[in-house]
Amino acid sequence: MNNLVKPRTAREARAARGPYGRIQQVVDEIDDRLGIAKGGRVLLGKIFPDHWSFMLGEIALYSFIILVATGVFLTLYFVPSQATVVYHGVYKPLDGVRMSEAYASSIDLSFAVRAGLLMRQMHHWAADIFVGAIVVHMARIFFTGAFRKPRELNWTIGVMLLILAIFNGFLGYSLPDDLISGTGIRIAYSILLSIPFVGSYLAVWLFGGNFPGHIIIERFYILHVLILPLIIGALIGAHLTLLVRQKHTQFPGKGRTEHNVVGSPLYPTFMAKTTGFLLMVSGVVGLLGGLAQINPIWQFGPYQADKISYAVQPDMYMGWLDGALRIMPSWEWAGWGHTVPWEVFLPAVIFPGLIFNLCLVWPAFERLFTRDNKFHQLLDRPRDRPKRTAAGAAMLGLIFMIFAASSTDVLANFFHLSLNAVLWFFRIAVVVVPIIVGWVAWRICLEMQGGGAAIGRRKRAMVISRTAEGEYVGVTAEPRPGDEHEELEPVPVPERIEVERPERVGATGERVGAAAVGAAAVGAEGGDGGGVRRVPR
Amino acid sequence: MTDVDGMPRAGDGSPVMIEHDGEHRTPVALPVARFDDPHLEPAARHPRRAELIVAFFLLVGIAGVAAFGGAYVENASTQALAVTFGVGLFGLGFGLTAWGKYLMPRGPFEEARHELRTSDSERQAMAAALVERTGVVVKRRKFLGGLLGAGFGIFGVVAAFPLLRSLGPLPGKLLFVTDWRKGSLLVDSGGRPVHKDDLQPGGIMTVFPNGFQNTDNGQAVDQTVLIRLQASGNIVTMPGRESWGPDGFVAYSKMCTHLGCPVGLYERLLEMLVCPCHQSMFKVRDGAVPTFGPAPRPLPQLPLTIDPDGYLRAQAGYDQPVGPGFWERNTSLKNGTPA
Repeated sequence: MNNLVKPRTAREARAARGPYGRIQQVVDEIDDRLGIAKGGRVLLGKIFPDHWSFMLGEIALYSFIILVATGVFLTLYFVPSQATVVYHGVYKPLDGVRMSEAYASSIDLSFAVRAGLLMRQMHHWAADIFVGAIVVHMARIFFTGAFRKPRELNWTIGVMLLILAIFNGFLGYSLPDDLISGTGIRIAYSILLSIPFVGSYLAVWLFGGNFPGHIIIERFYILHVLILPLIIGALIGAHLTLLVRQKHTQFPGKGRTEHNVVGSPLYPTFMAKTTGFLLMVSGVVGLLGGLAQINPIWQFGPYQADKISYAVQPDMYMGWLDGALRIMPSWEWAGWGHTVPWEVFLPAVIFPGLIFNLCLVWPAFERLFTRDNKFHQLLDRPRDRPKRTAAGAAMLGLIFMIFAASSTDVLANFFHLSLNAVLWFFRIAVVVVPIIVGWVAWRICLEMQGGGAAIGRRKRAMVISRTAEGEYVGVTAEPRPGDEHEELEPVPVPERIEVERPERVGATGERVGAAAVGAAAVGAEGGDGGGVRRVPR
Repeated sequence: MTDVDGMPRAGDGSPVMIEHDGEHRTPVALPVARFDDPHLEPAARHPRRAELIVAFFLLVGIAGVAAFGGAYVENASTQALAVTFGVGLFGLGFGLTAWGKYLMPRGPFEEARHELRTSDSERQAMAAALVERTGVVVKRRKFLGGLLGAGFGIFGVVAAFPLLRSLGPLPGKLLFVTDWRKGSLLVDSGGRPVHKDDLQPGGIMTVFPNGFQNTDNGQAVDQTVLIRLQASGNIVTMPGRESWGPDGFVAYSKMCTHLGCPVGLYERLLEMLVCPCHQSMFKVRDGAVPTFGPAPRPLPQLPLTIDPDGYLRAQAGYDQPVGPGFWERNTSLKNGTPA
């Protein structure tokens, strides 16, 4: 558009702007400088499949956003210091108690800062939801085979994010320096110590001396609020960039092929749905944060190295490691002037290392096994890949049993059982349960393969009736209300939407009798130009 | 073909986008839909009803976030803040999501998926750039390349010093020592010396060497559990410890040999110390050998003596490192003493 000629009238100004008015001007100005109009248009039309299971990753993403937002609030009041103070704050039951500044400031930001407790508990809930959503999202990716070529790298990034989320969660709940978290840090120190050859160096260097030292809260703090969040944020960025670059996978269904993506465009449909979903996740975390108490540190008391409380478990995402530590037999090795604490090193270092490495190599492992080097944009149904489904189910069974084993003492108390019996139950169950779960999953897959209902269709009831002769006949029931709303064949996202045809177009390109103002300059070449308008809704 | 406004036009005058494919410029028609295209209909069967529902939830959301503002100003309870905040955001979110799901074009829409791979010639050109330019740079200047590699390598090693070595001291004997010495007076956490009459048989308390009861590191490594067993005379927990338990008093390191948790539970009837972290159990009368759980070694025992005034003192420090195992620990598993 020629911006050099100054328009004299409002009509000329409108005509100079073109059919899309000021928006066109803004787009032009930005595109002059950045050249993003084409890419931006394609991005606005990026298709997001409409399947519910695609929102699991969104829950993880939005928990991270909530974590950053509430975390920034907490940094304004939290003091990362182990210096000892005598508490004289608003929480009277602890008045006069010696504690670290970190613990004192955590108590005060909970009770003296307006909405402080809400923010702290939202932060804690969001962390649990973050890790949980990552795991569930990962299970979706695994069972549907979405990690296959070309998406192996994004699977790897996802596993990294899970590891970092667990680490950062641990660092975060260590910061308040209460009696439970302090014991957790003590255990972390001992786990570092257990590593052969370098363990004592790692532990002593990380803590700046023997446990507890005076600096570990500060070091955990900078790792928790800066270094790990930066890495997590960068990896999330890479995760989403790859997602846009490689486009979404999709379930097979009407009009869905290896060469397209079917669903809703980013603008406006997906944007509305996903922004709404961000608000919904935030709302739920807010409700949890204020109504469901989590980590009531004022009840635990400040950390003192010689104090401990009974029947405490770490956060959900550390529970499986605690369970592994509990059921491990006491297999320490000592000889030749050295000690290898296998009873710690195996369950707390080797075991999680094996699990995460298994996750990392799975795409390559499966490819080795299937010799399938093709591109896969259409997802598997879990039933159609019984072996993979069985492997995944067995893994989940193992992790769940190990996780449950972190409550041996509570279970023994609650059910009035011998602790020894509960311990041995879990030692056997962590081996047996995954095998059973895997076998059952495999059998269920084979059974379901016989069903053969199409994806994306609502299931119809099968009415079985017996005839007078005693023969059983199955008839598919009538469609229920709503089923007649048949899905259409997919079409490309319309960039332009024709509203109406102009009745007559004058020779100067000016519309005569047409109502649409924004369409004034279109159709200049006489005759046939369609009046256009943006998407009406 | 272009017209007066500079916009490319197809033959029928509608805008097109130009696909640049090397030298060829192919006009491709932008996807156009008529306004009565069924794909553009709202997804809801009863759009009017859906609109009312969306409006209702947006109103709930507005009321919620406004009430949150009010609750914040009034410094209301955490529960009130949570309900207003949660209901407000959830209402707005549910309304917006329902708007997107039910009132926006039902679609479905598709986009084509192109292969990401570039042409074979592009691939070869990239490989060539890597290989051939590398050849020019490296193969003819192997010596310089070696120098550069040596520089980076040395810097990598040197950089590890400020990055790692400055973090803390070398472990040295750090993990082997406590503050218990010959003659250390046993005091409680408040610094009060422990007299033999302070503890009845069956009693238990946590003690420290005098002067270290309120230091963080002292609390961690020196913490010792003092138990008075039902006994007359010395308690001999293991051979070679004949004089360590005068008048039924025995003292063990309170740091669990599994992961260093305080062994904080005492089962008086069974005379067992129990670690609440991972349920290791130690038989107090038999030298605190582990009888259950993952702890691999007995708790180290502190040799005690009673001074002429009746106060408890350490005969000596611990004869072994306290707490969990580590590589440099050169002790036997049986009683934890140096092998």
